[in-house]
Amino acid sequence: MLKDMFKKTYTRTSEKRAKQGKRAVKIDQEEPQVPEGLFQKCPSCGDTIYTEDMAENNYICPHCRNYFRIRPRTRISMILDEGTFEEWDKGLESNDPLDFPGYKKKLAHLKQVTNLEEAVITGKGAINGLPVVIAVMGTDFMMGSMGEVVGEKITRAVERATANKLPIVIFTCSGGARMQEGMVSLMQMAKTSAALKKHDEAGLLYITVLTDPTTGGVTASFAMLGDVILAEPKALIGFAGPRVIQQTIGQKLPEGFQTAEFLLEHGFVDKIVERKNMKYVLYSLIRSC
Amino acid sequence: MKEYIYMEENQEKEAPKEETKKELTPWDRVQIARAGDRPTALDYIGLIFRSFMELHGDRVYGDDAAVIGGLARINHRNVTVIGQQKGRTTKENIKRNFGMPSPEGYRKALRLMKQAEKFNRPIICFVDTPGAFCGLEAEERGQGEAIARNLFEMSSLTVPILSIVIGEGGSGGALALAVGNEVWMLENSMYSVLSPEGFASILWKDGKRASEAAGIMKCTAADLKELGIIEKVIQEEEPVSVANIDTVASQMKKGIIEFLNSYDGKSGEEIARERYERFRNF
Repeated sequence: MLKDMFKKTYTRTSEKRAKQGKRAVKIDQEEPQVPEGLFQKCPSCGDTIYTEDMAENNYICPHCRNYFRIRPRTRISMILDEGTFEEWDKGLESNDPLDFPGYKKKLAHLKQVTNLEEAVITGKGAINGLPVVIAVMGTDFMMGSMGEVVGEKITRAVERATANKLPIVIFTCSGGARMQEGMVSLMQMAKTSAALKKHDEAGLLYITVLTDPTTGGVTASFAMLGDVILAEPKALIGFAGPRVIQQTIGQKLPEGFQTAEFLLEHGFVDKIVERKNMKYVLYSLIRSC
Repeated sequence: MKEYIYMEENQEKEAPKEETKKELTPWDRVQIARAGDRPTALDYIGLIFRSFMELHGDRVYGDDAAVIGGLARINHRNVTVIGQQKGRTTKENIKRNFGMPSPEGYRKALRLMKQAEKFNRPIICFVDTPGAFCGLEAEERGQGEAIARNLFEMSSLTVPILSIVIGEGGSGGALALAVGNEVWMLENSMYSVLSPEGFASILWKDGKRASEAAGIMKCTAADLKELGIIEKVIQEEEPVSVANIDTVASQMKKGIIEFLNSYDGKSGEEIARERYERFRNF
């Protein structure tokens, strides 16, 4: 008995010591101890911002007015009347047409960490009481790239808008077609555009809101087809990415190239709208069409 | 009807040949598709159609030599023919921007397609581009918008559209001429979401793994037929070149005539609906 007690005490002490040792090392490694998520760093000016202030500020840096990319559900809560959102077409799965190594695993992992099913959320809701179909893309999920699920969800949303004679608003942000699904991704460009053509022929309103970044196959399909095309300030919008163009022409790109302001100047965007005014602008447009 | 039977026979005869040619890897085919002596759109147009008259300009900004288009006749029928045009010499390639269209090219193509619809002429498109031009001016003048507009408008045209990929089908730049009722490919052509080089550099950060990418991305005619992305593969006994183009061109001509005949008596609405459904199913 005595022997046992002795043994136990010894073990406990050594465990404690080991733990303390670990802790000491940890403290050394990450010196300024800030609880995770309290501050965020602005990627544009490098300033730190209180996370709590972020939401109040519409996720805009108070120092340099940089627009942070926001998650689809946050966007929906900023645009639609509270409690009106009804999500559509959940649970669609990619068929992995290329049998691309590791792709299914990656999708499953992203579903867990992003709490999103895919790179777009679609559904119906109201803006100041006016019913509207909405699709919101998110960069958290494979850079908002469009594969068959994204294409299918958007197409279904457009078709339901056509059938129910409703306007549709699409918030775009995307790196383009999803490479991992090959040609099937490319076909989504034609599919979504064709559905929008039917919506158009039915005399219904389609508004696109281009947010940072909107590029590639999304720019070359539904993003550029709105009756009215809005954009967020300074959003990167283009067909080819800046790096590709730089490689093609072999020289530096001019300042402000491919920003929302650049597109406005060249006649491809109707209006640049600040985040705080977006809901009202959408409401005004829907009301008058 | 006779022509139809001919095609059937032809296809049966060629089926076993495919097996003996399996030794070509997808990367080999990519290189054949890009070869300098591979026939271009104008080579086929000259052999397949009669009295091709080229029309120019997008009525907005300019005339893009990377896209050609105009009126032609085939089997006593008027058609509109549009193609992406590569050059054969360096000088011609510079003029034609290596077959990489600018927004003006897409807008010209759309203008001619709308004209075809107005005068009830079927449309035949030859696809052969490394991709839409990625330059400063192209962005300034709305490359994305021009492609998007083509996809949008082509989807509802009331005349039949046939697109044939004869060389490279590079991404959205190719798709903008390939919203067809049917899409065919030459056996050694390619059609892909991005060039194998780009694919490798995006996914593996290594553009040199292009041959590996070509193997994985299913960009050959046979792969895409199997995926249901295209309707027909036009066989090449030997990789087609200017020297042996006749066989492929005559096979293509028979196919085009058969395609056009199959739309006789169909209403414009039906033609547009069939095309919509073709893409809706992807």
